[in-house]
Amino acid sequence: MPENKIEIKNLYVSFGSNQVINNLDLIVRKGETKVVIGRSGVGKSVLLKCIVGILKPDQGSIKIDGVEVTDLKEKDYNKLRMKMGMVFQGGALFDSMTVEENVTFVLNEFFNFDPRVVYDRMKESLAMVGLQGLGRLSPAKLSGGMKKRVGIARALCMEPELILYDEPTDEVDPVTGDSLTNLINKLRDKLNVTSVVVTHDMSAAYKVGDNIAMLYRGKVIADGTPEEIRNTHHPVVQQFVNGKARGPIMDDENLLLDYGV
Amino acid sequence: MGALSILFGQTLYWSFVPPFKGDRFLVQAKKIGPESFIISSLVGFFIGMIMALQMAYLMLQLSAEIYIPNVIAVSLTRELAPVLTALVVAGRVGAGITAEVGSMVVTEQVDALKAFAVNPVKFLVVPRFWALVIMLPVLTIFADLIGIFGGFVICVLKLGINATLFVNMVLEALLVKDVVTGLIKSVFFGIIIALVGCYHGLTVKGGAEGVGRATTKSVVTSFIFIIITDCLFTVMFYFIFNT
Ligand SMILES: Nc1ncnc2c1ncn2[C@@H]1O[C@H](COP(=O)(O)OP(=O)(O)O)[C@@H](O)[C@H]1O
Ligand SMILES: [Mg+2]
Repeated sequence: MPENKIEIKNLYVSFGSNQVINNLDLIVRKGETKVVIGRSGVGKSVLLKCIVGILKPDQGSIKIDGVEVTDLKEKDYNKLRMKMGMVFQGGALFDSMTVEENVTFVLNEFFNFDPRVVYDRMKESLAMVGLQGLGRLSPAKLSGGMKKRVGIARALCMEPELILYDEPTDEVDPVTGDSLTNLINKLRDKLNVTSVVVTHDMSAAYKVGDNIAMLYRGKVIADGTPEEIRNTHHPVVQQFVNGKARGPIMDDENLLLDYGV
Repeated sequence: MGALSILFGQTLYWSFVPPFKGDRFLVQAKKIGPESFIISSLVGFFIGMIMALQMAYLMLQLSAEIYIPNVIAVSLTRELAPVLTALVVAGRVGAGITAEVGSMVVTEQVDALKAFAVNPVKFLVVPRFWALVIMLPVLTIFADLIGIFGGFVICVLKLGINATLFVNMVLEALLVKDVVTGLIKSVFFGIIIALVGCYHGLTVKGGAEGVGRATTKSVVTSFIFIIITDCLFTVMFYFIFNT
């Protein structure tokens, strides 16, 4: 078995004339939590969407468990997707369904499990994210942090080997943010999953990351342990992790164009 | 047009790929049928009355008011009920589909479907498609009946036509093919509303504002396609099948 869960080489993604990912390399080892940091609009969500295959890169190679996925047939990709769970930024819960139905969605869609097995797994997943007893609510009634938790439970229900988190602490208060990072750590320890966490929240990055990679202008410009990133001499990385307005990032980017999400 | 044909092909393909989820179809059918019934019946009823009165204006001068039931029955079933029901449903259901699917796109729910290996066409388009293809003709049949009843109210209460005579005239004038051609049209109108509605929803760009824009566009496009299709079918039925 290859020791790398994900291996990305020379990746290019563009939308029209907007070259978002520009010759990106990234490795995620089995069992680690890899954090990808970068400013809003730098292409972090795009990167995750390339990994689950809902965006197709223009060029380059993505290997998951050693399998090249960029030219994979949809049917085979779907088999891989069964072993991945993606947690979307706003939760992306299906608002026509209850929390329970959201969590068991994939199980009911593809497998003919005994309803009791599905029910147990649903209970287990909701308990793991600390939301037992809220199964019958509709997603519209939940707070932002709860939605993210349900999103995580929905991913867990498939017992994934790889979880992709898109901004897990975004748009929640610091306390909720902290409990979400604890949850991510707990899941890694308990389930032994590989995780990719995309964020611009440095405190979360330091807390969950075994390794942190920084994305800048379509490339990974630094990749190392939280300690290495904290003590970096790279001026761009330094400016970002310390959250300074002045520095190389401002110099070469027009702040008027700073509207990325 | 090209994109709609592709979506049509995909919809048919995914209709026959398991797993089959009948309950999803039923949810949509319920949304479309019962909830549009009142408004489409109301439109049918008033159109029947209006037609009777408009006819009366001319037919009374010719002393031919006895033929009013025939004209109402034939023009309702062949033309007015299918088209007006389709327009009502396009405005109500088609717009709703675009808004719902569109907001699922902007909140990444459609991406989530894909990430969980679920095809969005199968999950979102297929149930709406079949619900419309089946419920629109059903609504049209009711609009036929209620429209004729609207005509009946005016003819019997206002124009003094005998009730039994009205019924006999209608039954005599109406041929099965009048009703059937109307229903064939409404099947196609259902296809148009579903595909146009879903297409504009799935291709939404740019947040809530984009959903609004797509919804307007969806309704306008459906209206135009419905009218053009109606014209094509009428020409075809008339010249090719002489009906
Ligand atoms: N589907 C899309 N169509 C066009 N442009 C896109 C699309 N998705 C993302 N982009 C562009 O790609 C860039 C990166 O977006 P994203 O990955 O969402 O940034 P972030 O790092 O904040 O997650 C942005 O400039 C965005 O406008
Ligand atoms: Mg993002």
